[in-house]
Amino acid sequence: MDFLNALVALCNYVLVPSIAYGSQLALGALGVTLIYGILRFSNFAHGDTMAFGATVTILFTWLLQSFGISFGPLPTALLALPFGILGCIALVLTTDRLVYRFYRQQKAKPVILVIVSMGVMFIMNGLVRFILGPANRKFTDGERFIISAREFKAMTGLREGLAFKTTQGITVITAVVVVIALFWFLNRTRTGKSMRAYSDNEDLALLSGINPERVVMVTWLIVASLATIAGVLYGLDKSFKPFTYMLLLLPIFASAIVGGLGNPFGAIAGGFLIAFSEVTITYAWKKVLVYALPEQWEPTGLVQLLSTDYKYAVSFSLLIIVLLFRPTGLFKGKSV
Amino acid sequence: MTDQMKNIGLFVLVGLLIVATGFLQSWNSALLIMNMGLISAIMALGVNLQWGFAGLFNVGIMGFAALGGLATVLVAMPPVSEAWTAGGPRLLLSLGLGIGTLIAATWGYRTLPKGRLRTFGLIGFLLVGFFLFRRVFDPSVLLVEAINPAGTGYLGGLGLPVLLAWPMGGVLAAGAAWIIGKTALGLRSDYLAIATLGIAEIIVAVLKNEDWLARGVKNVTGIPRPVPYEVLLQKDAGFISTAQTLGLDPVVASSLYVKLSYSVLFTVVLLILLWFAQSALKSPWGRMMRAIRDNEVAAEAMGKDVTARHLQVFILGSAICGIAGAMMTTLDGQLTPGGYQPLRYTFLIWVMVIVGGSGNNFGAILGGFVMWFFWVQVEPIGQLLMAVLTSGLADSSALKIHLLDSVAHMRLFTMGLILLFVLRFSPRGLIPEK
Repeated sequence: MDFLNALVALCNYVLVPSIAYGSQLALGALGVTLIYGILRFSNFAHGDTMAFGATVTILFTWLLQSFGISFGPLPTALLALPFGILGCIALVLTTDRLVYRFYRQQKAKPVILVIVSMGVMFIMNGLVRFILGPANRKFTDGERFIISAREFKAMTGLREGLAFKTTQGITVITAVVVVIALFWFLNRTRTGKSMRAYSDNEDLALLSGINPERVVMVTWLIVASLATIAGVLYGLDKSFKPFTYMLLLLPIFASAIVGGLGNPFGAIAGGFLIAFSEVTITYAWKKVLVYALPEQWEPTGLVQLLSTDYKYAVSFSLLIIVLLFRPTGLFKGKSV
Repeated sequence: MTDQMKNIGLFVLVGLLIVATGFLQSWNSALLIMNMGLISAIMALGVNLQWGFAGLFNVGIMGFAALGGLATVLVAMPPVSEAWTAGGPRLLLSLGLGIGTLIAATWGYRTLPKGRLRTFGLIGFLLVGFFLFRRVFDPSVLLVEAINPAGTGYLGGLGLPVLLAWPMGGVLAAGAAWIIGKTALGLRSDYLAIATLGIAEIIVAVLKNEDWLARGVKNVTGIPRPVPYEVLLQKDAGFISTAQTLGLDPVVASSLYVKLSYSVLFTVVLLILLWFAQSALKSPWGRMMRAIRDNEVAAEAMGKDVTARHLQVFILGSAICGIAGAMMTTLDGQLTPGGYQPLRYTFLIWVMVIVGGSGNNFGAILGGFVMWFFWVQVEPIGQLLMAVLTSGLADSSALKIHLLDSVAHMRLFTMGLILLFVLRFSPRGLIPEK
């Protein structure tokens, strides 16, 4: 029995990865939830919007690298991020102008917009594959670790190491900054307030003179920025592959719905909840338990509740449970 | 009358396209397009039932099709008796245990009084049930998978005629649809889409990972056929002489014969389902469904149980997708779980229904054929187009190589464009609903 080692192993394999993953999911889910609140449909193209933002960022990263510019210990991609956001904004606004606006003016049913967003999803996916190809790409550079496992062991003299990757640190810090900025914007600025008003009650908002097209445009601007940041952070932390981003859609939707669609705070909570459950349920607990339990209780198997291939099953089951017992989500989103 | 002429003309046109493929490329590929077109048309019919009749948005079509594929393995493959004796009963026991736990928990949830006791009691009960299930399940899976892993390593099927698998696929898909429908219907329309997407991913994940069930990514090959084998036909003296009188090479003739037999079988299924769908559309039930689709509130005020009707039509449509899935696996002769990509092919079926004309059964069928034809032919056309466009560039230019390589990814892009254009400019499709 060795409590400290158990704690460190728990941090290393469960807490740190799921906090980073949760931040990425939360940023993605915020985008979905904002679209849902303002434009009133579930945007299937969100995963590919993330992929597109990341694609532009990767292109600019390569450009900067070819100029010999780097960001010291941090990844160059962070310098390229503003360009990625701009590129993504341009794409998203064009899509809105060409595709979504028509249905908005027609007051089409939400389900039509969902189908349309599926079409947009495949077009964006095609674009990304056209630009970068379907292969797996790593674009992380700079220092790899803030603390590597070996350094940690040398520092503390424990048997278990705690690795903390630079990308994980960046993910968490960026997510916190972005979320604070977003909430400040939504709660304190005039535009933000008009967005919330529009989301709460469209007719009343229109009566009080809020310009719907402006609200929609600002929403897309924010969503594109969030999507690009989320996409780049995910790509930095893992790697960039168009197909993975398409699959990310499921946990992102699950996060947004579990938290309550249309509720930004819920999206963040949902993101972390989904990430923690995915990691804890698919993690093989043997290592932690060996340290934490007295010797005679040591487990023989891996103590893994489900194999990692069922990651998506976990988020989906959570989604189902929430839909069954609290259709509005944990933090009161909209249900109808 | 003119409408009818136009519709017949459209079908004739598709027929001509396929015949042209036969003359220009080969009859083999023409029949391949034909067979997959028939299967696509059946799936489109199922989706049309859900979307066109009831306005339900199902994104999990490939999941249901995969269940149909599983049904072919479970029905038609011969049982692996050693695996059964090694771990079969124990495996069934564990599955029974798992399902029993779930049923008991549901029953407890319904009957026990609401409160903290119920919540925690049930969570505890489910946890105990889960560990008990894993306790029995894990070793038996190891036992089953240990038996000749390279050849079998699974329980096998029932060894029944493969045609029985088609209705069985429908039944499996209907069961899955019931579970999803119970949860997600009655909530927002978007939730159904997300729930179906999720269940499709899970079904495919289960098929890929549960080796004891259908060998996972090791694939089940050599599924029995409802039609004769080419090799046997080539040895059959009667067949060879018939082929020769027709002026055909026996090898080519045998492969054409097999494909044609499939076409006949599939056409029969399509016609039966079409007849059902048409009678349903014209019946009071069909009128009620459309009334619900057009105005749920009004239909509810007239005393119609909207959620129950939605559940009904959702199950029926999914069952049709399951049947089509079983037929597809039968045609392939193998189950390859890695090949099911829930979003992509589901999207293709959707494009078929919307292009063909949602709400019209003939439209869905036409859409199935047209879109499948283009799905197959877009790539050679795109390659040709790109070759013409880039002909000005040097062969070694990086841009040209990149462009030619990326043609392969353009299929879904094209499908997306087609969907957006049709939805925007001709939302009623090729053959509109009457």
